[in-house]
Amino acid sequence: MRHRILPGFGISLGYALTYLGLIVLLPLAALVWKASGIGIEGLIHLLAAPRTLAALRLSFGSALLAALINAVIGLLVAWVLVRYRFPGRRLFDALVDLPFALPTAVAGIALTALYAPNGWLGSWLASWGIKVAYTPLGVLVAMVFVGFPFVVRTLQPVLESLDRDVEEAAESLGARRWQTFLRVILPMLAPALLTGFALALARAVGEYGSVIFIAGNIPMRSEIAPLLIVQKLEQFDYAGAAALSTAMLLFSFVLLVVITLLQRWSSRWMEKTR
Amino acid sequence: MRKLPVLLALVSTLATATVVAKDVTLLNASYDPTRELYRDVDTVFAAQWKAQHGDNLTIELSNGGSGKQARSVVDGLAADVVTLALAYDIDAIADHGLLAKNWQQRLPDNASPYTSTIVFLVRKGNPKGIKDWPDLIKSGVQVITPNPKTSGGARWNFLAAWGYALKQPGGNEAKAQNFVRQLYQHVPVLDTGARGATNTFVQRGVGDVLLAWENEALLAKQELGNDAFEIVVPSVSILAEPPVAVVDKNVDKHGTRAIAEAYLKFLYSPQGQEIEAKHFYRPRSPDVAKQFAAQFPKVNTFTIKDVFGTWRQTQAKFFADGAIFDQIGPGT
Repeated sequence: MRHRILPGFGISLGYALTYLGLIVLLPLAALVWKASGIGIEGLIHLLAAPRTLAALRLSFGSALLAALINAVIGLLVAWVLVRYRFPGRRLFDALVDLPFALPTAVAGIALTALYAPNGWLGSWLASWGIKVAYTPLGVLVAMVFVGFPFVVRTLQPVLESLDRDVEEAAESLGARRWQTFLRVILPMLAPALLTGFALALARAVGEYGSVIFIAGNIPMRSEIAPLLIVQKLEQFDYAGAAALSTAMLLFSFVLLVVITLLQRWSSRWMEKTR
Repeated sequence: MRKLPVLLALVSTLATATVVAKDVTLLNASYDPTRELYRDVDTVFAAQWKAQHGDNLTIELSNGGSGKQARSVVDGLAADVVTLALAYDIDAIADHGLLAKNWQQRLPDNASPYTSTIVFLVRKGNPKGIKDWPDLIKSGVQVITPNPKTSGGARWNFLAAWGYALKQPGGNEAKAQNFVRQLYQHVPVLDTGARGATNTFVQRGVGDVLLAWENEALLAKQELGNDAFEIVVPSVSILAEPPVAVVDKNVDKHGTRAIAEAYLKFLYSPQGQEIEAKHFYRPRSPDVAKQFAAQFPKVNTFTIKDVFGTWRQTQAKFFADGAIFDQIGPGT
């Protein structure tokens, strides 16, 4: 019998499953149950509508792009915070969490004030003919903002525990700097990077509060899927709202499963190359 | 014989209960812009009620979008009274059996103690020369109005424009639809609520004209200084009637029916009407209206009933999924 830290495998597993059931599965079951009100035909009709498709495309497209941007910039920021020592590093480190702490509506209003045609950045960008607030680009900006901490925070501990010997070994074996990064460091970071990417993606897909202020919300152009859900609720169409939510949930779930598979594959690949 | 002492005890407790002051709490679920109005109403009414009945009355106020508030009440928010932006939202509560379907006949004036109308807020000096509805669809004019699908207030804006076009000589449904279609093509941002739209227009500097409730426009002018913006009153507009109702199921559960009904009646009293007028809502009472005549310019208004029928019909025809707004709104 192996020694376990927590007493009683049965009890801890039971707790974990019950907790998961109450906190996650029960609300989801309620959602699906409400959604069943519109039937399969209603669901297909709802999802095939051009406006729904446009909104889903905007929500998932921008969220993927935002998560990608966050993965790249987040890796850079995490690297700088872990590897370099510079004055103000701790302050900078604390700032990373700010998008977590800010109520999303406040973030939305602040971003809009900044990027509106009369805002600091907006007026400057406008002189180049670039519009951010009230366009799909604004949606992307808000999603990048709210998803930013996830990548940094998942990468930091991994980067800290990274063995520098490995890098030195690569170097002494004649690897160039980019080779060391691409073939030695990046594979070790890949699982954490994917986790951060997934979290940033999930956050961006569901984001409502901040996006709504900066999006413009014009149907077919800058209307996100969560807004469609709110519109349905506004008409007391609970079933329709729940159905659209369930559909979004399924898409997100599929995306997360794909990311988990990628993660498994990347860590297995690491094992093999070792 | 043995029952007598019990009966006596019961009677005496009942008697003392009516004499001894009670602590009563009333919850008013209202829509967003009424926050300041009801703060004043509640203070005056609570003092009056204490003087007349001796009870310590606390009135709690919950604010939010009109539709969201209605959903909260349906889902169990124990509001004793609802004071919302449009009758459709109270109808929805009635549909769930929380109050009588004839709620709108239980109080005078369609159960709307105060009214407002839709006006234009333009920038200082009115640089685009906006005088009336047709000016809104001139080329180069940008109009700010929230999304009627998410904002109860914005539905009145839409209907005001529709009614104007319908009432023009030779006006008909097709022409009205065409006018409103053109109007929404001039809308660059569809905010989800009225305050959001005001913010976009005032703070972000987007657009040339804001379609607003008169009380919001007057409030914005007061808050932001009188010279940054001007109010333009169109030739014809809609009479916005925000309704109030007692939520039967909740007051019967709380035992607050008498006080809730008195609270809503107070809104119609001269004192209540004066507070409403001070908060820029048009009073129903002719006397109070006369007193505040300088604040409210004369405007030709039509009601929902005049032009559209009931709110249920209006909602189904214009704002339901796939209805007229979805066919002609921006982005289509």
